[in-house]
Amino acid sequence: MDPDQSEDSPSNSANSHGPTQPQSPFPDEVLEKVLSFIDSRKDRSSVSLVRKDWYNAERWTRSKLFIGNCYSVSPEIVARRFPRIKSVTLKGKPRFSDFNMLPRDWGANVHSWLVMFAKVYPFLEELRLKRMTVTDESLELLAKSFPRFKALTLSSCDGFSDNGLKAIASHCRNLTELDIQDSVTDDVGGGWLSCFPENFASLEVLNFSSLNCEVSFDDLERLVGRCKSLRVLKVNDSITLDQLRRLLVHAPQLMELGTGSFMQELTPRQYEDIESAFSNCRNLQVLSGLWEATSLYLPVLYGACASLTFLNLSDVALQSSEFAKLLVHCPNLRRLWVIDTVEDKGLEALGSSCPLLEELRVFPSDPYDRHHRDGVTELGFLAVSRGCRKLRYVLYFCRRMTNAAVVTIVQNCPDFTHFRLCIMTPGQPDYLTNEPMDEAFAAVVKTCTKLKRLSVSGLLTDLTFEYIGKYAKNLETLSVAFAGSSDWGMQCVLEGCPKLRKLEIRDCPFGNAALLSGREKYEMMRSLWMSSCNVTMKGCRLLAREMPRLNVEVIKDEGNDDGQADRVYVYRSVAGPRRDAPPFVLTL
Amino acid sequence: MSIPQEHDYIGLSEPLPVEKSSDKILPSSSASGIEKNSVLNLRETELRLGLPGSESLERKAGNWVSLFGKDLKDESGNGLCQGSLKSFVSGAKRGFSDAINGSGKWGLSISGGSEVDLGKNDVLFSPRGVCKGNNTMQSCLPGTSVKEISSVKAVEEEEEKKNESGNTAPASKAQVVGWPPIRSFRKNTLATNSPKNSEVAGKSGSGCLYVKVSMEGAPYLRKIDLKTYRCYAELSSALEKMFSCFTIGQYGQGLAGQERLSESHLMDLLHGSEYVLTYEDKDGDWMLVGDVPWEMFTDSCKRLRIMKGSDAIGLAPRTMQKCKSQN
Repeated sequence: MDPDQSEDSPSNSANSHGPTQPQSPFPDEVLEKVLSFIDSRKDRSSVSLVRKDWYNAERWTRSKLFIGNCYSVSPEIVARRFPRIKSVTLKGKPRFSDFNMLPRDWGANVHSWLVMFAKVYPFLEELRLKRMTVTDESLELLAKSFPRFKALTLSSCDGFSDNGLKAIASHCRNLTELDIQDSVTDDVGGGWLSCFPENFASLEVLNFSSLNCEVSFDDLERLVGRCKSLRVLKVNDSITLDQLRRLLVHAPQLMELGTGSFMQELTPRQYEDIESAFSNCRNLQVLSGLWEATSLYLPVLYGACASLTFLNLSDVALQSSEFAKLLVHCPNLRRLWVIDTVEDKGLEALGSSCPLLEELRVFPSDPYDRHHRDGVTELGFLAVSRGCRKLRYVLYFCRRMTNAAVVTIVQNCPDFTHFRLCIMTPGQPDYLTNEPMDEAFAAVVKTCTKLKRLSVSGLLTDLTFEYIGKYAKNLETLSVAFAGSSDWGMQCVLEGCPKLRKLEIRDCPFGNAALLSGREKYEMMRSLWMSSCNVTMKGCRLLAREMPRLNVEVIKDEGNDDGQADRVYVYRSVAGPRRDAPPFVLTL
Repeated sequence: MSIPQEHDYIGLSEPLPVEKSSDKILPSSSASGIEKNSVLNLRETELRLGLPGSESLERKAGNWVSLFGKDLKDESGNGLCQGSLKSFVSGAKRGFSDAINGSGKWGLSISGGSEVDLGKNDVLFSPRGVCKGNNTMQSCLPGTSVKEISSVKAVEEEEEKKNESGNTAPASKAQVVGWPPIRSFRKNTLATNSPKNSEVAGKSGSGCLYVKVSMEGAPYLRKIDLKTYRCYAELSSALEKMFSCFTIGQYGQGLAGQERLSESHLMDLLHGSEYVLTYEDKDGDWMLVGDVPWEMFTDSCKRLRIMKGSDAIGLAPRTMQKCKSQN
């Protein structure tokens, strides 16, 4: 049986056709030429299933590889099937690792992949990694093995230090993109930036905003000055306002800017200079950073905001008044990330100033409720939904919500594709009626027919999951925490939701019956995560025994009785059980 | 003094809006005339962070177990477990202790339905946070609470590791691992009040900055930590709450609950009321609060005084330039 790399089709055998294959109407070269124009993963997957010669033509013409779960397939299998890959996207750890729910050395190390790529894909140009462990050794291997290497993205990765980055900077002569997004690593010094050679000028994307290091500003300025094609520059907070001004003077063509620290004592002259530097950036579409910006300095930005489509204020805690004033200058905003210090009042201003808004993410300033700050409530969300009818993506952290509000919100904005509502106190009911939030999510799945991603919260009974199973026909990702009443809830989801790919559950009363009810479904999904539920080792073993094509991995917490399966990770794989599992990961 | 301490009224005022866990409300040795016994008793009645009935934060582990062991004998059903979890994770403001009692109602109705299903499954027990049935709870609970404690401890250790440079708020309340689902790099930027950058002159970025606050006509002073506020509006509202018992007039009445003021608004407000907020700077001069950027103010402020408006006429506002030339 041939493996299928694509996410979207079941792992069935691709080649079991009739006794003889009819002659193809056109030669392979033509077929390959035609297929080389197909980019979409889904289409390529469909193509490969048609017949054997199509399968072969497809594999020879595929240049972009997407592996959503690095353990679902092995480097050897990939290398055998696809001989001509130029771009690889690899994702590793389950998403809950972002919230410290996985021990450090769980796995997803990219090294074995790089070793294989170095052998088989010498012309590799792009590598995009998400939630993977990347060591300096791997970065050095990468830097030295691929002479045409152009683009590196490390999103939420860990394991590297500046030595690895130095290798990249020194050896990748054709580098166009170096993007270190949200990768948190404390061991990085800033020396790597100075390792770009003096004649190196091809950079188009540079993002080191999440790195905690100080780079040499002189070297940065020179680098920015000679990279005339630079369109994305996101610096970290070691860069001051005045330094930023100098960078902007070199690169007014920037389309995406992440500023450094926005807090500095400026003379009136400096203030004017930076104001005009911003005004000269006429192509700016994305703005982020702005650490410690206050109402005093935000106005310097105004001149650059006219063409802004994405404003990321998730690193600066603004108050509603300064936020409202800023928004007036951003009428074309499509995406906004903001901290809840702007409160409902700020969101009202958003509703009136930015009618084109499609995505809103509101992060909590006080997630553990230490300072008793109010944050945002259902009123803010309502206000946005009234003014921004095109809303399709929302991530909303709040302390209170009502069913009625959510019903109205989705009536105002029925086009939601991503609805992630996080009522921060687990199991909290509708604060007005004290009832479960079932009706809220019922409204979401009934009204938003295009819904692909849903995160639920608050007090929820099995009813919510009945609704989800019944109505959420396009749902691909579901996140559940502290919800449900019994196995029935999870069963409803597993029996409904035809397009479900990722299911992550924590602290819910779902047990073995629920787990086992989805056994066939898991082969059509990327993965299932269940932690702190009522699943036991016995149930997991049963699942593993019945479904050999699934990997069932359990991590037990210390000091628990042996029957409990505390963290369960189930995923389909053609590569068999992990060979690099650390001792605390039990593969059943 | 080396250890920051707080003096608190005898239940006359609420605790500060921004309160760190490490700031235990300790009786000061200089609080003369107050019996030790009465102070301790009054602590019981104070509104504080922590589970209701908890003496201090070190004992929260013990409280957690007792909450399960003791209270659950009184009530039954899933409701209490969920309610307990709620109070556990939220740190139990008074409002949530009400929710615990209230939750018993809906909890029971839910468990009514699911108990039927319980019979069908053979391996189900060891509840985690959300309990299943009455008869299973007692046997599993000690284990459960131990689990929760260990995961809580792990969180706290992790929190403390993450609270490196400049973060003045150490992990305090019992928290559930990974909840709310926020990335760790966000937690670090958001919760801190002190700036990290050494670009701003004279910033240490850590520790606390206690200054005395006096008010004309008040029998005793207060102390506040300037580091816990980010702007004049927060300071103003904190002082308002602290001294509201003494104001006959409408000090700060213009501050409607949710509003945040910019620095320029603060001055308008103070001018409208009977009282004026002033501070003594490094040079020993008494200045009007609100003229200079917040950072500069916290740098130079030695103590605060709430004066009657009529007494403050002599204070002239200084421009930023003048202050800068002094520094």
